[in-house]
Amino acid sequence: MKVIATSKLTKFFGKTRALNGVDLEVKQGEVFGYIGPNGAGKTTTIRILLGILQANEGQAQLLGQDAWQDAVGIHRQVAYVPGEVNLWPDLTGGEVIDLFVKLRGTNNSSRREEMIERFDLDPSKKCGTYSKGNRQKVALVAAFSSDADLYILDEPSAGLDPLMEKEFHECVGEVKQQGKTVFLSSHILSEVEKLCDKVSIIRQGEIIESGSLKDLRHLTRTEMLIETRKPVHGLEDFKGVHNVQQKDLEYSFQVDSEELGRVIQHLGQFEVIKLESAPPKLEDIFMRYYRGSGAEE
Amino acid sequence: MRRGLFNKAGVNARLIFRRDRWRLLFWILGIFLLTVVVAFAYTELVPTQHERMVMAETMRNPAVTAMFGPGFGLDDYNYGAIMGHQMLLFTALIVAIMFILMVARHTPGDEENGRIELIRSLPVGRLSNLSATILVCSGACLVLTLLIGLGLYATGIEGLDLEGSLYYGLVLGATGFFFTAATALMAQLAESSRGTMGFSFGLLGFSYLIRAIGDVGTEALSWLSPLGWVIRSEVYVNNYFWPIGLTLGGGLLLVGLAFYLHTLRDLEAGFIPTRSGRKTASPFLQGPLGLGLRLQRTTIIAWIVGLFVLGASYGSVLGDLETYLESMELIQVMLIDVEGFSLTEQFLPMLMSVIAIIATIPVLLLTLKIRGEEDKNRTEHFLARAVSRSRVMGSFLLLAIVVMIGVLLFGVFGLYSAGAAVMEEPISLNTMLKSLLVYAPAVLAMIGLGVLIIGFAPRRTGLAWLYLGYSFFVVYLGEMLQLPDWMARLSPFGHIPRYPLEEIVFSTLIIITLIAGGLMALGFWGYNRRDIYG
Ligand SMILES: Nc1ncnc2c1ncn2[C@@H]1O[C@H](COP(=O)(O)OP(=O)(O)OP(=O)(O)O)[C@@H](O)[C@H]1O
Ligand SMILES: [Mg+2]
Repeated sequence: MKVIATSKLTKFFGKTRALNGVDLEVKQGEVFGYIGPNGAGKTTTIRILLGILQANEGQAQLLGQDAWQDAVGIHRQVAYVPGEVNLWPDLTGGEVIDLFVKLRGTNNSSRREEMIERFDLDPSKKCGTYSKGNRQKVALVAAFSSDADLYILDEPSAGLDPLMEKEFHECVGEVKQQGKTVFLSSHILSEVEKLCDKVSIIRQGEIIESGSLKDLRHLTRTEMLIETRKPVHGLEDFKGVHNVQQKDLEYSFQVDSEELGRVIQHLGQFEVIKLESAPPKLEDIFMRYYRGSGAEE
Repeated sequence: MRRGLFNKAGVNARLIFRRDRWRLLFWILGIFLLTVVVAFAYTELVPTQHERMVMAETMRNPAVTAMFGPGFGLDDYNYGAIMGHQMLLFTALIVAIMFILMVARHTPGDEENGRIELIRSLPVGRLSNLSATILVCSGACLVLTLLIGLGLYATGIEGLDLEGSLYYGLVLGATGFFFTAATALMAQLAESSRGTMGFSFGLLGFSYLIRAIGDVGTEALSWLSPLGWVIRSEVYVNNYFWPIGLTLGGGLLLVGLAFYLHTLRDLEAGFIPTRSGRKTASPFLQGPLGLGLRLQRTTIIAWIVGLFVLGASYGSVLGDLETYLESMELIQVMLIDVEGFSLTEQFLPMLMSVIAIIATIPVLLLTLKIRGEEDKNRTEHFLARAVSRSRVMGSFLLLAIVVMIGVLLFGVFGLYSAGAAVMEEPISLNTMLKSLLVYAPAVLAMIGLGVLIIGFAPRRTGLAWLYLGYSFFVVYLGEMLQLPDWMARLSPFGHIPRYPLEEIVFSTLIIITLIAGGLMALGFWGYNRRDIYG
């Protein structure tokens, strides 16, 4: 079952086009990573999914209902952590958590105490005195102590220390175990790599790549280091080989994943005595996409 | 060290000036035009010496003293004396409001939005933002002084001589500086821009009240109020400098204090400390309504008390007014043109319209609060959960309407209880209630306008305030300046029957209420279909 389905979402702010034909599909039980550089349109997408902004064109459906029309009904099954958590300075963290749980309509706060403990939050402090990370924790506690079907998280670990980040990862793992769906926008690549089943990359309002992590790895290059007895020739001209560097009979270069087999075959003629390869890193994918022409900032 | 604290204040001041040049221009020109237009209006209104002397006679009454301050130059009531007496205090109030808004916008306002943090991480002195704000505001005061001083002189109206005109401008400039300084100090005490505005407007209202009570009775009280000082320079008549010096000196002292506290204080924290609080939400904090009430309870209580005090201070004047009017046969002749009403009753509608408009301020604040929440990215907490937009808007609206009833009632109670205590023939509570509550539809119309703006032009909430300011102007000064009728009719307050002098026309009240309802419905519709920005 599709938990989130959008087609051709387009959003203008005045003349600037923040989203341009965004198609997303998230299935039940998936942890879906949504990544892209600053200003790419992640938060805008999430706000459309939540019915806070209205798309100029295109459809967005959550849990089979229209994101704009049926917002209130949908939200009873959604837990949301905003990218920038702004709270009322005069209220305490505990009050805000209770209020948030109440506002969702379903009165299930059985896990509240457990979550407060896990995230090491002092609920008696006024929100005005909380650090950024602590405000983030308030939103996380409220989200994970409620019993939702879909968790929408906008850069949720920004501002968390490593210990809390780990706790957060465990929370995501737990809800995934229960078959819940998670939509996670993030900048932290290791986090996405660790948590997500599928990712979409957005840049300048357009989805430029979507698929499982495995699929994406195919798009990248493997780092190779070889040493041969005979000098290698023809490597530079080989299709899919990049950045060849030579030091005596040691060569280092990168190979497009789909060309790997043919390159290895070619190298066989030169009596390889050492071959090291580093697996493609997700980071490389991002760098390649983020640095695409005209990227913002 | 010193230099370090103020480092880059100039750059900062330029930034503030750039961001606010239109705002400043609008305010200064507005005040200037108002002053000059009113000066000309008086030449039309009381063209002859005889009429001016009659006017002077009406000025010798306590109700007028409470409103404008003690009369001076009444023996030769020329245009200079008239302006200095009837317009200066009112204009000084507007100037004070202008500078309170300017300072509150830049010191705590920018801190809240995180702009200062960004700027302070650059090589910029700790006091740079505060001093830059004060610098820009002082510059604006100077411009205002010169513009108004020279402008009034340039009108060439008889009696508006150069020295008096410059003093007139100087009083306004000094008042502006004083309230710049006072607000800068309040910004150090309060944590938020709303708190700063609350404290500063509180100070302004208190100054006005203390002065009114002092001017009518115990003069010593007036000396506690900066607004009491300004009128004592008796511009155009005596041109005393020392009250101006006192205002400027007081301002400098407050600036020094503000700087001192600012160096002690942490960014974004006020001196009024925060206690640790409840771990769980109380049963009241269940939704937007409970939250709205919780966030604004202090404001609400303060305004209710404020309206009570305002009512009471007007009420306490009624007794003096009664005795005074009885002793003055001349005025009795002038005023009794409405059969069957006591003289004090004839003053009632005027008092009520002023109370009603002042009571609209907290009501409009509450109505527009939802917009402030949106600015601070806090409405998404509701909308991303199972709360509809109508419920969010409805909660804030309901709160505004309840508070409207509260402040109006308490205004009347204050007026009645003080009035009953000092008058020989008290006006009945029933009459007072009716004469104020007839204004409820007009206040509702202002709420309706607020809701409409939130639904369709969320960045233009200033329009609601502008409209309220206009209403205040036509109601407070309209009659005195004999402004054309249609000007008052542009404001809902101008349509309200002046009970008890006029019959209550229910059809008018119902129409205004229906218009208010229509505006609200439109606003809801707009709010339900527009983008929310946070
Ligand atoms: N209310 C708004 N008015 C005008 N432009 C906006 C508004 N909100 C967002 N934008 C623009 O839309 C684009 C997408 O912004 P968005 O906040 O969705 O980016 P993001 O991917 O969440 O970035 P980040 O990683 O920095 O959070 C940006 O160019 C931004 O400037
Ligand atoms: Mg974002």
